[in-house]
Amino acid sequence: MVFSTASFITQVAVLVLVLVLLHKPLGVYMARVFSGTKHSKPEKVLYRLAGVDAGTEQSWSVYLRSVLLFSLISILVIFALQRLQDVLPGSNSLPGVDPWVAMNTAISFVTNTNWQTYVPEATVGIFVQMCLLAVQNFLSAAVGIVVVVALIRGIVRTTTDRLGNFWVDLARASFRILLPIATVAAIALVIGGVVQNFWSTDVTNAATGAAQTIPGGPVASQEAIKVLGTNGGGYFNANSAHPFENPNVFTSLFQVFLILLIPSALPYMYGRMVGDQRQGYTVAAVMGALWLTSTCLMAWAVSSAQGTSTAAAGGLGEGFEQRLGPAASSIFAASTTLTSTGAVNVAHDSLPPLAGGVAMLNMMLGEVAPGGTGSGLYGMLVLAIIAVFIAGLMVGRTPEFLGKKITPREMKIAALYILVTPTLVLVLAAVSALLPEVMANAPASGPHQFSELLYAFTSGANNNGSAFGGITSSGPYLSTLLGLAMLLGRFLPIALVLALAGSLARQRKVPASSGTVPTHGPLFGSLLLAVTVILTALSYFPALALGPLAEGLIK
Amino acid sequence: MNTISGYLRQAGTAARFLLLATIVLGLLYPLAVFGAGQLVAPFQANGSIVKDSAGQPAASALIVQAAADSSGTQSPQWFHARPSAVNWDPASSSASNLGPNDPKLLDAVNSNRAAIAAEEGASPSDVPADALTASGSGLDPHISKAYADLQVQRVAQAHGLEATDVQTLVDQQTSSGLEAFLSQPSVNVTLLNLDVARLAANP
Repeated sequence: MVFSTASFITQVAVLVLVLVLLHKPLGVYMARVFSGTKHSKPEKVLYRLAGVDAGTEQSWSVYLRSVLLFSLISILVIFALQRLQDVLPGSNSLPGVDPWVAMNTAISFVTNTNWQTYVPEATVGIFVQMCLLAVQNFLSAAVGIVVVVALIRGIVRTTTDRLGNFWVDLARASFRILLPIATVAAIALVIGGVVQNFWSTDVTNAATGAAQTIPGGPVASQEAIKVLGTNGGGYFNANSAHPFENPNVFTSLFQVFLILLIPSALPYMYGRMVGDQRQGYTVAAVMGALWLTSTCLMAWAVSSAQGTSTAAAGGLGEGFEQRLGPAASSIFAASTTLTSTGAVNVAHDSLPPLAGGVAMLNMMLGEVAPGGTGSGLYGMLVLAIIAVFIAGLMVGRTPEFLGKKITPREMKIAALYILVTPTLVLVLAAVSALLPEVMANAPASGPHQFSELLYAFTSGANNNGSAFGGITSSGPYLSTLLGLAMLLGRFLPIALVLALAGSLARQRKVPASSGTVPTHGPLFGSLLLAVTVILTALSYFPALALGPLAEGLIK
Repeated sequence: MNTISGYLRQAGTAARFLLLATIVLGLLYPLAVFGAGQLVAPFQANGSIVKDSAGQPAASALIVQAAADSSGTQSPQWFHARPSAVNWDPASSSASNLGPNDPKLLDAVNSNRAAIAAEEGASPSDVPADALTASGSGLDPHISKAYADLQVQRVAQAHGLEATDVQTLVDQQTSSGLEAFLSQPSVNVTLLNLDVARLAANP
């Protein structure tokens, strides 16, 4: 297969054009959703039945407690019902899920990671897929969105400890933003060829004698929210490489569009909520520059067609779908790792070494370009606070961010935030590399074995969910260590972001002075870009050198 | 005491919220998409099942269907699909997940090249990359135009057909236009073999 540059440029151009057209209306709409005071009739019923006092706003600690309790209950319910799959309807005659796998999967879907340690076709029936996993695709994405909304409120509000009501925000993100878009997208996917039924079909080719059972299931409905919510948990093992999840190059491009849709509209919502659109555009520009650079880097690395087996085959092919082609797969691989999606339409494990390295680097950036639904923007805003602090040091002034002083407390929170994921990835990968039980599950040899391990923990701690699939993570060691990476990689940052929001909301606004560093415009944008790349990516350089760089550079 | 009861109350809210959200997002939403799909695109929604001349479901247009025996050897009578990590069985789906420098993959590529060149009576250098490598899903029904062209002679001979007639079928099944521009010119083996069977029955 030959990488088509013309196709690559066309697809990138279409994506940019459509996202530029849609970011504003969607951003305005989302800002309105979270600023409105009216509850719809069904929402009122929901609040009454669930016992939500919709009129009361919460402090940051209560907001956080709601996030954590909701996630904990979700994990417990999903774990228990997977274990009981065999006695529940819709099991497709599959047994109860193995406890390690059930634990890992429950954490994986609640944390918006969607790491799939299980083989769906052989592990989970329609009930688990539709009523447990796909539901978390909505709710975990909504949690990401509401956390960034709480942070923005913290930036905007003054001398208050109120950040909003988690349950109200969660309901609005789920039912007013995700559900309507997912419904339209799912129907579009069905028209494009994605399956949506509840039965399999036996087929027999009388001429060739081939007999097959063609699988079915509520695939399109799960597929739409899988990409829209930057989740990535596929209905089938092969994920978006499976013809029933991703029938052709058009659905592939449509899925990349859905992956990027909400994350690229959130900066506009942010600009609108803080009342200064230049802020939103600066963040969006940094995200866009990183996305474009990294996508081109991925295209270059894929088209290089490095690797001994690739050379022997005379071109790309292993792990690629003929009907999608390498250009579509490059764009997909870049976008899925620059967000917290982790859906794949090509086997990342078989990508040329440096392309696998770019995928890892994308996740290591902290998934902020444009990042997962909500998590990308809150990651970028924490980096902006660090950038403003560094700028403040340079000009010798107390740093301010949108009229709020960045005091030692805010800086400590921001510093902890950026330490969480590198610590998790590097420590857990290093510990695992010393465990023979773990290394036995990564059958590759040489630097690629380390790459598979590094990819797994990078993906887990950053809540991405894509994998170098050669690694088997269903055993007790890896499923526990990866479960830990996913849990801490999701909820420590969320706790820190909400603490930051609470701390900012308590302050009064300081008027901008001549010493205030503007947090918009090309100068600040460049600084933010530099901070993002230097702080996050360089933490991982030695680890990358041992894995994909070693693979790509030695012959 | 106050905090504990506060926690319990919120846990109750969380459980009830999850249950209600599941009814909407886990039942009503997929059922609504199912209903809409059956209404606007029943063919696609049910797996793009194509029927043979007798009206029996013969294959899915989207899923590879190889005429292979239990040992995984594809019948010389029909167009071959790409190698598959799941033996072309849609009960599962997977890539080989072998790294680009993996010696096992290198061996597989080299032995595939030798076997295909021998079977088609072609020079080893004429075998295209897609014929030697497994797809990401193991279920990709498509092969390159080059690989399809390579197989025309053998398939035509096996069915006693004119090579030009079989070549016409290949050309008809080759993707074109915008789709081919955005991906690459590809031939759907599942549909092509059905076309060959139809032509062989009514030459």
